[in-house]
Amino acid sequence: MKEKTKKDLLSLVACVALFAVIQALMEFDVIGPFWQLNFVLIGINIILATSLNLINGFTGQFSIGHAGFMAVGAYVSAVLTVKAQLPFLVAIAGGAAAAGLLGFLIGLPTLRLKGDYLAIATLGLGEIIRITILNIPYVGGASGFMGIPRYTSFMWVFIFAVFTIFFIKNLINSSHGRACISIRENEIAAEAMGIDTTKYKVLAFTIGAAFAGVAGALFSHYFYIAHPASFTFMRSFDILTMVVLGGLGSISGSITAAILLTFVSAALASYPEFRMIIYSLVLIILMIYRPQGLFGNKELSLKMFSRAKGGAKHDAA
Amino acid sequence: MLKIENINVFYGAIHAIKGISLEVNEGQIVTLIGANGAGKSTILRTISGLLKPKSGEITFEGKGIAGKPAQDIVKLGISQVPEGRRVFANMTVLENLELGAYIRSDKQGIKDDMEVVFQRFPRLKERLTQLAGTLSGGEQQMLAMGRALMSRPRLLLLDEPSMGLAPLLVKEIFSIIKDINTTGTTILLVEQNANMALSIAHQAYVLETGRITLSGDAKELAASEEVRKAYLGG
Repeated sequence: MKEKTKKDLLSLVACVALFAVIQALMEFDVIGPFWQLNFVLIGINIILATSLNLINGFTGQFSIGHAGFMAVGAYVSAVLTVKAQLPFLVAIAGGAAAAGLLGFLIGLPTLRLKGDYLAIATLGLGEIIRITILNIPYVGGASGFMGIPRYTSFMWVFIFAVFTIFFIKNLINSSHGRACISIRENEIAAEAMGIDTTKYKVLAFTIGAAFAGVAGALFSHYFYIAHPASFTFMRSFDILTMVVLGGLGSISGSITAAILLTFVSAALASYPEFRMIIYSLVLIILMIYRPQGLFGNKELSLKMFSRAKGGAKHDAA
Repeated sequence: MLKIENINVFYGAIHAIKGISLEVNEGQIVTLIGANGAGKSTILRTISGLLKPKSGEITFEGKGIAGKPAQDIVKLGISQVPEGRRVFANMTVLENLELGAYIRSDKQGIKDDMEVVFQRFPRLKERLTQLAGTLSGGEQQMLAMGRALMSRPRLLLLDEPSMGLAPLLVKEIFSIIKDINTTGTTILLVEQNANMALSIAHQAYVLETGRITLSGDAKELAASEEVRKAYLGG
């Protein structure tokens, strides 16, 4: 227990140091406005990918409607800051709560579906959310919700990304997380062990949706606008790509892939026609040579090396 | 201890179990034998709550459990080793066993029971940090049984423990089953290997296309002409 606290504290210090370095580079304009924007996007994508990984990678429920929950967070938080004049943090919490609630309500019936059926249901769901928003004049309809103040800064994004990672990492390492993983591994066996599989599937779905809501809130308060076109299924696929590229069931994988893909897509921003080609090529090559993703279901840690050592010792004995 | 009265179970429109009644007395090994598709596994899954019966009663130690969710039934003291073992392949042996004790919170008790499992299956202790998916078939069966025992069940449901195992291993597994029974766990055993099952069981039921056609003392059934012809190869 004490060792864990020490480790958490150490990670926290490392995070603060990392933040200080990046922030300083931004202050002194070493990182220009274009890359500043992309650092914010990286943070938002980390939140999205890690939270989708909880659903797809750890609990094994194939969901591809994450953009829908992101949209709910973006719009609800915008309504809260613009129309209700509430503080930013309250708006983020409101966006997360709304997205989580929707995830809960939708998760209950849809999580009875398995594999590709669930994928199609969640895909449809994401589109339903987007089209519903498109038809609500109160939030701007097709022209989008304009005039959202820019409350999001790199600091906020960084804080929430770190919070998301810590939250989901701790959840996964708890007995609740173990229950989620056992559902992915073998749902029937999990049920036979006395694990309430419905409860944990809905729990993972709800938490994942809530974090997507947080990402949406940060997103709309950075770009001054929430527009239905930002939340099409293409975004859901982008997030899914990060999760699969990094490795289903690896948080470090999701983080790495979110950083990598955001960078690639930013670097290719001036060649939009090549962007999708290179993107797809990367995926095809990866699926051929490393179908389990960059990290598989492992985490990047010092333990990786000590485990290898332990294994060798065991073999020798 | 367990009493099933006139249950009917459907898979969609298919009437898989047609009005079956059976009883398992405390301390015994009761076996359900029959051909593929007779409905043996369906009965086990109905008892453990993975399937819901359309009608009929199931009582365990006097409490009605028909249609209850699986986690409630595990808590009452019934644990199932599912067909095909179904270990958590990407988890270590230790993690599999820990999940077996998922419904419990008594740390010391779990630790003690883990030791009991290791005594029964010494090979599991050797492979504690190995991923369950990399174990051999026999070891996976042992792990599945050890995992089920971790919930400290009073009734253990075993679904085809001999499936896909070499004859020598089948013998080993069955002697372990017998041993588990002598240390106080009641067992309901579903098997295609009728010979082995009847040799260790006290009571037996013969199942054919969703109905019980014969039942009685296991030794007597093993000797009966009908069973010999149909299931024991002469």
